[in-house]
Amino acid sequence: MKTLTTRLAIGVAAGLLVSSLASAETLRWARSGDSLTLDPHAQNEGPTHTLAHQIYEPLLHRDMAGQITPALATSWKALDDNPNVWRFQLRKGVKFHDQSAFTAEDVVYSFKRAMKPTSAMKELLTSIKDVRMVDDHTVDFETNGPNPLLINNLTNLFIMDSGWTEKNGAGDPQDVAAGETTFSSQNTNGTGAYVLISRTPDQKTVLKANPNYWGVGQFPLDVSEIVYTPIQSAATRVAALLSGEVDFIQDVPVQDLRRVAGQSGLKVVTAAQNRVIFFGMNVGDSDIESDNVSGKNPFADVRVRRAMNMAINRDAIKKVVMRDQSSPTNVIMPPFVNGWTAELDKVPSVNVAEAKKMMEAAGYGDGFSVTLNCPNDRYINDEAICQAVVGMFGQIGIKVNLDAKPKAQHFPLIKNKTTDFYMLGWGVPTFDSHYIFNFLVHSTTENRGSWNGTRYSNPEIDPKIVALESETDLAKRDAIIAEIWQQVQEDQIYLPVHNQVLNWGMKDGIQFDVQPEDQPHFKYLKM
Amino acid sequence: MNGEKSAWQRFLASDFFYDFKRSPVTIVSFVIVVTLILMAILADLVAPTNPFDPGSLNLMNGFTPPMEPNAFTGETFLLGTDDQGRDLLSAIIYGLRVSLFVGLTAVILAMFIGVSLGLLAGYRGGWVDAVIMRIADIQVTFPSILIAVLIFGVARGLLPPDLRDELAITVLIVAIGLSEWVPFARTVRGTTMVEKEKEYVQAARLIGLGSSQIMVRHILPNVLSPVLVIATITLALAIIAEATLSFLGVGAPPTEPSLGTLIRIGQDFLFSGEWWILLFPAVTLLALALSVNLLGDWLRDTLNPRLK
Repeated sequence: MKTLTTRLAIGVAAGLLVSSLASAETLRWARSGDSLTLDPHAQNEGPTHTLAHQIYEPLLHRDMAGQITPALATSWKALDDNPNVWRFQLRKGVKFHDQSAFTAEDVVYSFKRAMKPTSAMKELLTSIKDVRMVDDHTVDFETNGPNPLLINNLTNLFIMDSGWTEKNGAGDPQDVAAGETTFSSQNTNGTGAYVLISRTPDQKTVLKANPNYWGVGQFPLDVSEIVYTPIQSAATRVAALLSGEVDFIQDVPVQDLRRVAGQSGLKVVTAAQNRVIFFGMNVGDSDIESDNVSGKNPFADVRVRRAMNMAINRDAIKKVVMRDQSSPTNVIMPPFVNGWTAELDKVPSVNVAEAKKMMEAAGYGDGFSVTLNCPNDRYINDEAICQAVVGMFGQIGIKVNLDAKPKAQHFPLIKNKTTDFYMLGWGVPTFDSHYIFNFLVHSTTENRGSWNGTRYSNPEIDPKIVALESETDLAKRDAIIAEIWQQVQEDQIYLPVHNQVLNWGMKDGIQFDVQPEDQPHFKYLKM
Repeated sequence: MNGEKSAWQRFLASDFFYDFKRSPVTIVSFVIVVTLILMAILADLVAPTNPFDPGSLNLMNGFTPPMEPNAFTGETFLLGTDDQGRDLLSAIIYGLRVSLFVGLTAVILAMFIGVSLGLLAGYRGGWVDAVIMRIADIQVTFPSILIAVLIFGVARGLLPPDLRDELAITVLIVAIGLSEWVPFARTVRGTTMVEKEKEYVQAARLIGLGSSQIMVRHILPNVLSPVLVIATITLALAIIAEATLSFLGVGAPPTEPSLGTLIRIGQDFLFSGEWWILLFPAVTLLALALSVNLLGDWLRDTLNPRLK
């Protein structure tokens, strides 16, 4: 009898506990891929930044509408007497998750860390000469020349706690290319709205609301717990949303849009994304391993590249593979970006006969075979797009062997330059062409061109890219940008495909705008 | 000739054929299997297009429903097309070829390994028997698909990347073959242990024949009929195993799809109403595996006199 009463008591207590927790909202969030690392400076990659944005904070970030908004800094301006120096006022009373105070020292420390050789963020900081602490809550950024667009580069530069990082021997960013695992790639200590509770990579990550967050009262902060599950299979991901197993998926497969939107209790929110999808080729080496032509590199011939560009039927990809959820383009730059013109964007007409002629003129009338590396869990229908172009290149005699892999294995191929033909997508967080040039067009040097898998190196272009960092005359700057684009287009170092359209699927009760960079900040979510 | 019947006539008069005639299920299964095998062998003649040639595909034909003209190109396909504009009928016929080829060769491999080890274990006995049969015991405690995935994973890791696609089919055969040898070994071992005590074996031993000769020339022919039964049933298992591996994405590459690969592709479009991409390959696989299995069952009953 006693046991029964005890059980009843426990049951009632548990019931009360559940009802008292009802106000605490858990958001179950899924997308196709996982964050690649917890180290905030080791990977410059969208989904990695997305998770980091919940835990860590930059000085400023782009809000859900894509507007630059203060985060750890409250204000910034260039000094009147010296346009090379930007002064940032830092937020007061902010604490890291381990309760240590946030000061200017942490900002200086984090930027120095993000400039180290193993950092993936160093290209964003090439214009910075020095970062100095003025007082506990003021920091000066000195640039090599006046850089009017400095703040655009800082939206994903997260601030770490200097004491915590040093104490745990994580002073250098994790070296991803070397396959390193470090303390900072598995542990976090940020100032963000959410605290990391547990994480099993590629399976599940749990975050809880930070009760001491500085933004309490300023943001909705309706979500008290986030459970993040990567689900690679499109059908499984949709099934999880339809069955109510998850509340929010960041990438509704295009074939299932109507199904999700038609289900009562669910909705799809759509917006154009600031991300372009394209193919890169090894245009620099004199011979490549992955083809069947000995002693020559077919991609080194611009005629082959142009023929390939002509063979891609972008409209077919849009209509069939993307079900109209994309906008075909001929330039590796989304319309959000400064430097974009409708003329650059205009898609060339498909011309297989002309392309074949060009292949013949280049000496490849009988075609050749080559391996294409493709991710299968990163971009919308990435593998299907690759399969589609395999057929299109087949029509001009290029036999393409497709090697599709998860992004965690795909991206190192590009960074280590061990692929000769690959798919890549590029988002532009700075909304400026310089970001594209510095990562994708500039020759690979110590702190530039780290994602330029094409081996393209043009001594005339490189100094122009560097000059953009200190050109204050915006008209002149735009003219240089146009010049560089013209060269990039003429040399056809990339084969652009399209700009993505974002489709977020969520429960009806959730109010959340689509962020053009595909970066949800859950502190803004209302439910 | 003087009244002697030809082999075909003797076959028609046999108990075996009599049993066959009396079982409509078996006749249907037999017809299905033979039709599918013929289609697979004659794929180049039967299939409307060659789905392995990416250059012949037109992406605009993608997602065409069966028997309906495509909205952009106006082309019509009997069973519709998949996401890449591949004619499903052709893809299924060629996929059938891959599935049957992998299944058959894997079974031959499994049979070769299993029969050899079974003969050796049964004939030699002692520690040889103990070692072989304990390995077999350990292996059956794991699901065979797990072993196949393991072998496939290790092989992929060892092979250079440019050879992976080319050797994918070979690796698949080895993986399935190595995971299905145990039933053969167990049966052959049991029968061998019985046979080796019989007079003809002792006689062979007396005239001084070597062990290997006795095993292969004298015992093997007498243990073959249960092996054939197991081979048929294993063939169904091997076809399913191949489909499972390809469905999991570790089998046949998407550019040379087997039935399992086609089902994996179709699975992505289950929710969006393009049912044909999944349904037709799945029904074909079902028909093939079920028919082979039913034939195997019938064979087992017919060849086993104790069940009569």
